[in-house]
Amino acid sequence: MGVKQDGGTIDIVPAMEQEKISDELDKRVKKFLRGAEANLEGLKDKKLKGQLAVREELYGKSAHAAAKAEKWLLPSEGGYLEAEGIEKTWRIKQESIAREVDILSSRSQFDIVLPDLGPYTLDFTSSGRYMAVGGRKGHLAILDMKNMSLIREIQVRETVRDVAFLHNELFFAAAQKKYPYIYNRDGTELHCLKEHGAVLRLQFLKNHFLLASVNKFGHLRYQDVTMGRMIGSYRTGLGRTDVMHVNPYNGVVALGHSGGKVSMWKPTSSAPLLQRLCHKGPISAMAFHPNGHLMATAGKEKKIMLWDLRKLQDEPIQTLPGHASTLDFSQKGLLARGCNSYVQILGDFSGSQNYENYMGHRMIKGYQIGRVMFRPYEDVLGIGHSMGWSSILIPGSGEPNFDTWVANPFETSKQRREKEVHSLLDKLPPETIMLNPTELGTVKTQRRKEKRTKEEKEAEMEAAVEAVKVIEPKKKTKGRNKPSKRAKKKQEMIVSAKRPFLEQQKKEEEQVARKKQKVSEQVEQPTALQRFVRKKAAT
Amino acid sequence: MKVKVISRSADEFTKERSQDLQRVFRNFDPSIRTQEKAVEYVRAQNAAKLDKIFARPFVGAMEGHIDSISCMAKNPNHLIGIFSGSMDGEIRLWDLASRRTVCRFPGHKGAVQGLTVSTDGRVLVSCGTDSTVRLWSVPVSNLLEEDASSDKSAQPRETYVWKNAFRSVDHQWNSDRFATGGAGVDIWNHNRSAPEQSYQWGTDTVVSVRFNPGEPDILATSASDRSIALYDLRMGKPTSKFIMRTRTNSICWNPMEPINFTAANEDSNCYSFDCRKFGEATCVHMDHVSAVMDIDYSPTGREFVTGSYDRTIMIFQYNAGHKREIYHTKRMQRVFCVKYSCDGSYVISGSDDTNLRLWKSKASEQLGVLLPREQKKHEYHEAVKNRYKHLPEIKRIVRHRHLPKPIYKAGKQIREQNESQRKKQEKRKAHSAPGSIVEEPLRKRKIIKVE
Repeated sequence: MGVKQDGGTIDIVPAMEQEKISDELDKRVKKFLRGAEANLEGLKDKKLKGQLAVREELYGKSAHAAAKAEKWLLPSEGGYLEAEGIEKTWRIKQESIAREVDILSSRSQFDIVLPDLGPYTLDFTSSGRYMAVGGRKGHLAILDMKNMSLIREIQVRETVRDVAFLHNELFFAAAQKKYPYIYNRDGTELHCLKEHGAVLRLQFLKNHFLLASVNKFGHLRYQDVTMGRMIGSYRTGLGRTDVMHVNPYNGVVALGHSGGKVSMWKPTSSAPLLQRLCHKGPISAMAFHPNGHLMATAGKEKKIMLWDLRKLQDEPIQTLPGHASTLDFSQKGLLARGCNSYVQILGDFSGSQNYENYMGHRMIKGYQIGRVMFRPYEDVLGIGHSMGWSSILIPGSGEPNFDTWVANPFETSKQRREKEVHSLLDKLPPETIMLNPTELGTVKTQRRKEKRTKEEKEAEMEAAVEAVKVIEPKKKTKGRNKPSKRAKKKQEMIVSAKRPFLEQQKKEEEQVARKKQKVSEQVEQPTALQRFVRKKAAT
Repeated sequence: MKVKVISRSADEFTKERSQDLQRVFRNFDPSIRTQEKAVEYVRAQNAAKLDKIFARPFVGAMEGHIDSISCMAKNPNHLIGIFSGSMDGEIRLWDLASRRTVCRFPGHKGAVQGLTVSTDGRVLVSCGTDSTVRLWSVPVSNLLEEDASSDKSAQPRETYVWKNAFRSVDHQWNSDRFATGGAGVDIWNHNRSAPEQSYQWGTDTVVSVRFNPGEPDILATSASDRSIALYDLRMGKPTSKFIMRTRTNSICWNPMEPINFTAANEDSNCYSFDCRKFGEATCVHMDHVSAVMDIDYSPTGREFVTGSYDRTIMIFQYNAGHKREIYHTKRMQRVFCVKYSCDGSYVISGSDDTNLRLWKSKASEQLGVLLPREQKKHEYHEAVKNRYKHLPEIKRIVRHRHLPKPIYKAGKQIREQNESQRKKQEKRKAHSAPGSIVEEPLRKRKIIKVE
């Protein structure tokens, strides 16, 4: 670093370095700007233009401040795994990672073997501090992952298919043999959600306080857990499925069906928002990238596909070979795939949405992996399998810096109570679930075209007739080139030019007449006059 | 192999001692806050609703007068003192903090029609229908606090008798001159028993007189011949004048943009004018349903308050066509005078029912000292409300006011009348030769003649 005197001020950082820093800052600013600046060129209203210009400047400033804060003020840095020489990252074993990292981190590598009660499914709270596990044979437990302690375990003595935390660690829902139940942290049963039926998969939408479930008959239900109201109950009509995932970006629930279709749902409409044939065979797993733009689906035909949700193309952006019984994206965008007793981690390191092999982990032969799930704000992957549950280290998977007001792994009970109140105040109505959540608060564009006036239609017809009139008919052979014939021909051309316009006009008039008739039919005539009412045409 | 994983030791991220504050870490990354726009929208909705819940603008009434209150004056040197004059000739000085009379000024034989205080706050000038101008010494402020329990009465310092009844008075900035309006405009000096100068333009009574706060020699008046006129004391003669369709009851200059003034008109509208350009109003402030009796600007110049014959008080933005706020109570009768307090946070109204009423200028504002956290929360609420104010749901909540039935009905009727007139004009225009009917905007329509 060179120090030079420059016009009275001391310039500590050389120009090259400065440029580099500003380039990096620009990249960060872009993230915080949340889209491009509004184009104020075409605005005629000067007052509005001035106001918007001020607003844009403010946004720019705040994005800049946020970018600077992110660069300099954040306390932790993300994890990484780099290979040296001929090493390959996917050949690095968990044991060798454990030797390199500190004791605190190596404690999060463990295997819990409970062969009698498996296969296990699991769920994390949004802060990553607590984990709920559910064994197929009725074993439910909540664990504190910070100090590795068991908070409570209960045995419900019936099939447990899925577990899901509600808005904090105090409550969790378990999908059991006949109905889903809500338990509190002490294992007390609070509610039995009988309306849901035999649920296969549960998901909680934490911004909306909605518990979404899909049952044995492919029936999707949304229940508001604050007031207990059933918000939506829709028959998918696409058969039994246990592949369900919530897109965290917009709250849309996606279902993967046995016909290879993926359908996306919102609680306020009975028809899916979107349906798309993704695979040729049944869909076995799916996951969403936290930024909401990328969806991964796995089919039984041994293919994993990555889809860009913004473009809605027919073609996936990437197709990878392999089975997956479960998929999950981490906060930083790593994709975990679990099949049989093998977990593979894929990563996008080129920045061009091209996922390649990053890490792998093989469990003891015979273990069947049922669920993989990244632990938020940690470099840890939780695995639920037929013999219990395990946890491995995946460097670079978690977001290194948490926000106290969003999800705090070190939350005290007082903070938790405060947060509960605030999140209830900010509870979103179910109508805010839409494919593009940035649409909210923007101007709705005029969908329907303006109706043309009568004059405009006439002018159009006139123009068409004029265009025909100018055409000079071809010279015909003798006998067919008489002036009368030529005049007749010309007249015919004019008529044929007019015809489509006249037909259109007639059609519109008929429509109007039909509407009028409908209205007049509805008006009840007095009995004395009813005999004069026009009868309907005999059928 | 290089490897690093996230590792947080608890003592780095939690407080060390129990007395410490909890540590707060921020990460502004948009991807960990999903659906932030929807969340903001819900917060804006909640903020708008909270505003409605906390909207309690009425602070208190000050009773004591035995006839309706005709005029008020605020003391530019003393925040909590306000003078009021009533129709029975009594003048009182009120302490706004304790809402009690501090001092009485008896002497006028008829109604007190105008009150004003000199810039230094020492002299109170009153005038009335008994054709007298009286000068009073304002009691010193420390005396106010000593014995607020027993109200005193004061004797006039000077009494000047003149030829005609007076309708209004205003004091010039930083001098000992004041102007009265009656049969004409008279300029007085504290020390002389007869006016220094007199102006006459037409034969009608001058209803209100206001000195320009920026240029102390300029004076605006309104008269009952429906005119608004400007006078320049240096010229010795009136400068310009225009006539409107209806009478202007009161005038107030914008203290921050002293080229602009707003006139409270008999036709239930207020009109803002630029004094350099009299041909048209810069803005028409509608929403009252009966004659606007008095108007006063906030010291910030961004808002003004109007009192009307329809028993309501409204607060307008200086450039908005419709009200921001409307205040009314069951017991408040015709409002004859309103004042914005010198700190811009209160509004005082004097009405026919002999009471002065004290209102908050922002209905849901929290009174008292705010903690920084509270302050920040209020600012945040204000910002999100402003951001989503165009969305129909929020607009509806923010705009909704419960009105007394007669006012609601009268307003509806006025709107219907305007609408039908507009339609009629449109039809007339459509069925006459193009260009033969020139429609004048409302801002120009009400001005008949400019002299």
